[in-house]
Parts: sequence; C-alpha cells; structure tokens
Amino acid sequence: QPTPLISHATMSPSKQNNLLSMYSSLSLSKSSYSVISAFCTEDNIPQCISYINQELASLGLSSTCIEASSPGAAGLNPVPALNATYELLQIHRRTMCSLEELEREQLKKSSTLEHVQMNNSRLKDQLELSIREKSGLHEMERQLQLKIKTLQSCLKTEKDEVQKLQNIIASRASQYSHDAKRKERETAKLKERLSQLLVDRKDKKLAIDVLNCLGRSDGKRSHWKTAKAAASHEGEMYKSLLSDYEASQRSLMLENAELKKVLQQMKKEMIHVLSPRQPSIRGATADDSQEQADSDLEDRAGDSSRGSLDKSCEHAREQLTNSIRQQWRKLRNHMERLDSQASQVQNQLESNKDVISRETHEDEMERMRREVQQCKEFIDAQQQLLQQQLNTSFDDETAALLNDCYTLEEKERLKEEWRLFEEQKRNFERERTNFTEAAIRLGREKKAFEEDRASWLKNQFLNMTPFTDRRRCSSSDGQSALSISKSFLQLAMSQETTHALNRYFQLLPSGRRFKSQVKAKSRLRCGDLSIFSLGEDENSLT
Amino acid sequence: MNFSEVFKQSNQLCKVSPDGKYLATCVQYRLVVRDVSTLQILQLYTCLDQISHMDWSSDSLFILCAMYKRGLVQVWSLEQPDWHCKIDEGSIGLVSSRWSPDGRHILNTTEFHLRVTVWSLCTKAVSYIKYPKACSKGIDFSRDGCYMALAERRDCKDYVSVFVCDDWHLLRHFETETQDLAGLEWSPNGCVLAVWDSCLEYKVLLYSLDGRLLSTYSAYEWSLGVKSVTWSPSSQFLAIGSYDEKVRILNHITWKKITQFEHPSTINNTKAVVYKEVERRPVVSDDLSLHNITVGTTLFNTQSKYEICPLPVQIPVVKPDPDRANPKIGISSLAFSADGRYLATKNGGFQVQSLSWHCTGDSLILLGKEQLCLCYMETEQEDK
Repeated sequence: QPTPLISHATMSPSKQNNLLSMYSSLSLSKSSYSVISAFCTEDNIPQCISYINQELASLGLSSTCIEASSPGAAGLNPVPALNATYELLQIHRRTMCSLEELEREQLKKSSTLEHVQMNNSRLKDQLELSIREKSGLHEMERQLQLKIKTLQSCLKTEKDEVQKLQNIIASRASQYSHDAKRKERETAKLKERLSQLLVDRKDKKLAIDVLNCLGRSDGKRSHWKTAKAAASHEGEMYKSLLSDYEASQRSLMLENAELKKVLQQMKKEMIHVLSPRQPSIRGATADDSQEQADSDLEDRAGDSSRGSLDKSCEHAREQLTNSIRQQWRKLRNHMERLDSQASQVQNQLESNKDVISRETHEDEMERMRREVQQCKEFIDAQQQLLQQQLNTSFDDETAALLNDCYTLEEKERLKEEWRLFEEQKRNFERERTNFTEAAIRLGREKKAFEEDRASWLKNQFLNMTPFTDRRRCSSSDGQSALSISKSFLQLAMSQETTHALNRYFQLLPSGRRFKSQVKAKSRLRCGDLSIFSLGEDENSLT
Repeated sequence: MNFSEVFKQSNQLCKVSPDGKYLATCVQYRLVVRDVSTLQILQLYTCLDQISHMDWSSDSLFILCAMYKRGLVQVWSLEQPDWHCKIDEGSIGLVSSRWSPDGRHILNTTEFHLRVTVWSLCTKAVSYIKYPKACSKGIDFSRDGCYMALAERRDCKDYVSVFVCDDWHLLRHFETETQDLAGLEWSPNGCVLAVWDSCLEYKVLLYSLDGRLLSTYSAYEWSLGVKSVTWSPSSQFLAIGSYDEKVRILNHITWKKITQFEHPSTINNTKAVVYKEVERRPVVSDDLSLHNITVGTTLFNTQSKYEICPLPVQIPVVKPDPDRANPKIGISSLAFSADGRYLATKNGGFQVQSLSWHCTGDSLILLGKEQLCLCYMETEQEDK
C-alpha cells in the first residue's frame, strides 16, 4: 500500500485529485500518515491548497477554505486552515465512533448468528430424532394393530368352534337319548317276555313260609281295602299337606309381621332423620308435596299399624314399600349431598391459605417435632460436654490452668479498676489537702482582714474629720483588704474549690463556726468585690 | 378312646338296633346278636346261605337276612328265637330286600327290576308293583312311615308312584319331567318329594305330596350334573351336590338357590380351619432286639395326630380319568347336622365312605376304609 502512495506523492497535485479520491475511503493507517509529509512540499503549496479545498468541498465542508496567508506566499492562513483541521478532526472522531459502533454491532450480530446457527443445528437434530421416533411409533402401532386383528380373528374362530362343539353335543345328546330309548324299549320287551315265562313256568314258585302270622305293629286289626279306605287315605294325605301348609303359612306370617315392624321402624327413623333438615335442604323442591306425603305416611303408618296383624291388603303393602323406598332414596340423596358438601369444604380448606390444611398442619407438626428433637439432642450434647468439662476439671494441673485462664481476664480488669480507684483516691486526697490548706490560709487571712477592718473602722471613726491626710491610712488598710479580696478572688475563681470547700465544711464539724463567719463577711460590699458571694448564697449549707 | 376286641363280620353287615340295645353282625351265614353294653352274645341264628344283606325292623324286634344268590329272605325274631320266616322269590331272583316302615312288610326287588314284591308278615299276602326303576335310589319312605315313593319307568318315561304304607294303596301316580330319573327323597316333613335326574342332565324337581310339580331347578346344562342330594332336618333347605364341585342350597319357600358353596383346591378363606393328619412313624433302629420289641408295643403302630395347617392350604387333588364314566369328582356325600347348623360335604375322590353326625349335632364321624375320624365342632366355628 505505501508504495503507490509514495509514488503518487511525486506526482503533480492535479493528478493527485483522482488518486486521492480513490483512496479517500481507506481507513487511516500509519502508512498514510507518512504520506502526508510526502504529499505537500515547498513547491506545490498552492496546488496542494487548491486540491485540499476541492477535497474539502467534495466532503461537504464548505465552511472553510484554506487560503494562503498572502497570494503567492508559501504560508497558510492559519484560521481557515485550523478550522478545516478542526472540522476534519471532528469528522474523524465521528467516523471513529461510528466505526466502533459498527464493530460492536458486527460482534453482536456475529454472536447472535452463531447462537442461531447452533440452535438451528440442535433443532434439526431434535427434529430428526422425533421424526425417527414417530416412525418407530408408527411401526409399533402398525404391529399392534396387526396383532389385534390376528387376536380378533382367533377369538372369532374360537367362538365358532365353541358353537360348533355345542351343536355337536346337542346332536350327540339327541342321538344318545334316541338310542337309549330304543334299547330301553327292547329291554322292556325282554322283561315282559321274561316275566311272562317265569309266571308261566310255575316250577319254582315263590312262597312265603311263616311259622305264624305276626300282629300288626300298631296292634290294630288290618282293614279291608275299600273305596272308603281309599277316600280316607286321600283325606289323610290332604290333611297332612294342609297342616304343613298352615304351619308354613303361620311361620311366614310371623316373619312377615316382623319384617313389617322392622320396615315401619326404619321408615319412622328415616323420617325422623330427614325431617329436621327439611327447612334447610328443601329449596326449590316441592315442600308442600313432601309434607303432604309425610302426613299421608303418618296416616298410613297409623292405619297399617292397626291392621298389621290381620291379612294386609296388597294396596297397603305396596304403599308401605313405596314409602320406604321413597324415604330411602331421600336419605341416600341427602347423604350424597352431605358427602359432596364435605368434599367441597375439604377442597375449600385445602385451597384456603389462612386455614392450614391438614397436610400442611401435619407437616408443620412433623417439622417442629424434628426441631424439638434436634434441640434436645443439642442440649444433651452440650450437657455431655459440660459434664466432660467438669469431670476433666478434677484433673489438678489442667484444672488450675483452666481456672487461671478464666479468671485472668477478670483479674486484669479488676486490677485496672483498682488502679483507677487508687488514682482517684489520691487525687481526692490531694485536693482535700489543698482545700484544707486553702481553708486554713483563708481563715488566717480572714482573721487578718478582721483585724484590719476593725482597725480601719476604728480609723474611719476616728478619722471622721474632713482632714484628708488620714486617708492614707485607709488605703493601706485597703491594701490589706485588697490582698484579702485577692485571696478571696483566688478562692472564688475555682468553682471546684468552692464545692470542695463546702464538702470540707460538711466533713469538718468545726467548720460551722467558720462558715458563719464567712457568711457574715459576704455581706460586705467593697466596691468591685461583689464576688463575695463565693457561691455561698446559692449553696445552702444549713 | 377305648376299643373293644375285634369281632368277625362279613360283607360289612353290622348294625345296631334302632332302639340302641342290640348289635347284630353277620358272619358268613350266621347272624350274631349281641348286647350293646356288654357285647355278650344274646342270640345266634343260622341262615341257609351266605347273607348278602341284613337289616333290623323299625321296632327292633325282627331282623331280615337276604341271600341274593338263592333268592331267599329269612326273618328272625329276637323275642321268640324259635320263630322263623322264609320268603322265597323263586326263579325270579332277588336284587334287594328291605323292611317297610311298620316293620311288618318286606319289599323285595326282583332281578332285572321286573317287579317289587310286597310280602306281608301279618297276612302272608303278596302284592306286586310293576316296572320299578333301576336307579340308585328308586324307593324312599317318608320319615313318618306313612308314604312310600317309588320311581317307575314305562315307555321311556319316568313316573313316580306314591303308596300309602298302611295298606299299600296307590295314592298318586304321576309322570316326572326327568330324562332319566336317578333318585328321589322325601323331605323330613313328608310334604315334598325331591326328584333328580341322572348326571347327564342337571335337573331337580320338587313335587308336593299330592303329585303337583312345585318347582324345577337347573343350575347349568351340558356338564355333568347332580351327584348327591340331601334335605336339611327342618325341611327348609335342600342341598344339591354336583359334579362341578359345588353345593347349592335351595330354600323351601321359593325353591330358588339361596347360596352355593365352592370346594376350591386351595383354601385361603380366613374363617376356615384346616386339620391335617400327620403320621408319626417311629424310627426303627437297626438293632431290633427282643427287648425293644416286647417293651415298645407301639413300635409298629404309627401314631397320628391332627395339626392345624396355616393358610393357604393346597389340597392334593387327583385328576380323574376323563374317559371313564362316573368320574370321582364332585360332591359325593352331604350331611346336615341335626340342628341344621352345619353341612358336611365330601368332594373328590377321598376315601371317606360315610359322614354321619351325632344326633346332638356337635360332632361328626368320618369313616374311611381303614380309619375313622371324629370331629368335634366348637359352637362358634363353622366347618365344611
């Protein structure tokens, strides 16, 4: 690539236009940068300028045109040149951005393409597989159909055979019976012949030889066979039959009565079972007819209970059975309804989130039991470990060591605290001594102040003259007063010391005396020493 | 259980008298009568030929001894040992002989079932009944002894004749709707006669005393049918045992089946108790010293005891030969207990000759060929 550019760099700028426009779509490469230095030389500046202007115009940047700084000069007007450069840079940046985007797009697209291709191949495989499966299933189905056909034909043949065999059996049976009848007729004939012969032969007669005739078993005399006897036999037979029938009829009647009683009872109970629910259940169904039927039943119940023992007529019996059937049907419907309701309620309970269904409840219970068990086990383990610990602590050295380990931290802490406590105590002691010293000093100074005051008063009184030379004495007195007040100030400065002082006063019984004196002093007004208050007024030390 | 000494007998003819005082046994051609309590021989009679059949009369006064080969029947009296009675059927032959309920008539069935001869011991009169049917149970007396039902066959049709036992007057004669009547039985109250067909057809007919058909029952067709029938003591139920190994119970009011009992080869009904006899043979050691043999008298006796088998129990079943007639499958004997609470049934080819209940109804005796077994019922359990 660089070679043609370098070659074209030596060409005249007019020819450069065509070639450059051809290569204008080239992405900027390092080689092209090296070309730029070869493109323009000292000689062909105006041509280059014109060319570049042409190119810029073709690119659409009509805003700026590079122009020479002065016609014929080798320089460039910087402003348009810079503008043009800037615009070019902008264009370059934009193209870079778009290039990046395009690259990204291309990457995305290639990845999606890959993915789609993979999917495609996978689906193709799947499709192949399912097609193969389908063909396999088709094959199986065909075989099964075939099998069914063969089995059906087998069944048909078997049935036909069975039918045929049955026909054979029937025909054979008729044949046998015919044959047997024929044979029987023959034997009957033979028997007749034989008996005839035997009767005729008379050689060996049948006879009975009895020593003497026996009496009848029941002791009665035998009777002649007469028609009356025959009739009496008939009568007796019928009598025995009748008595048997009567006995059976009696037992049946009893049974019947029992069953009727049972039915009545059942009916009553069924009515009783159904009646409390009637207002709630009977909705659109005919209430009136039901009640009518019930009342009818009650009537009939009364009737049939009255006439139950005697021969009940068909009508009453039918009615009873019908009513029983009706009631039973109602009861069954009721039961079915209850069953469906119960199942519905069960479903509702199961679907209802607020109410825990039985299964979840049981699961929960199970889980909790397991947890409890685990906790128990845990506690047991812990206890065991504890036991072990306690047990092993009886081992001397390790026990001592362990004890030390456990209490060391506490000891350290305790030591720390003791140290702090000691420090504070020392501080307090120090302060106390300071306070006591201060207090003692204060007392002395007060005493001095009292003496001074007394002398000053004395002086004042004595000096209650208009003479001014006596004033010097008062100032000297004032100095001592000032010094006192200074010490007072010092004392008053630290609020702490006042408090300490108070505490000190509290502690020392002899301080009372002092306190009262101090109080008295506070009422002194001495110019700007109004800080005599010392906080005493606030602190009530009574 | 104590056993007496062994007495000789022949043909399994050994019967206790109806009043329970005497025991009669037949040994070849001798009839031995013993006292039941002491087993002392009271009487000894000698017949003319080997005794084929022996029976007590209902009042325990007479014993009949039938000799089928000779066609003779001899009757002996206990009160009067000299009294004798001989009935000769002649050349017509004798197939079976029985007492009438009053104990004064003897009914002989001739050979080929040509006729039934009724001999009266009171009047020496003889009556004939023609065309008796040759079937397993063609004659039955009602329990009170008043009536006799006889199965007849004429012109390839079955009939039933009802006679009054008093004077053998024919009370009723009616045709039955059976193909081949196999048996008939009076109900204990004497009012209903159950008639059943041969095993080729399952059909049970119920006739009242006066000959009216009350009901017909048929459980299935084509397969082998009824094998055994019995009434309950109260006449309320009729139990029908069939070749399909089921017992069906009909009730006397509607004559419809109220229940049926199965006999499966595997018992796993939790209410059933299965007792199995377990034999314990003593181990015979090699050194069979004389001492052992004399001391251990039970050495060669196999002890057996019954133990309760845990459910389910598989009963050993022997499949009978399907080509042979009268296969050994199905319910061959039924017996109700006296109070009607239990029904004992025997299914299959087990070697049980008879089932009999004690009159109190709480124990059952099973007689096999070589063994007998007594079952005591507990009041709460039900056994089949």
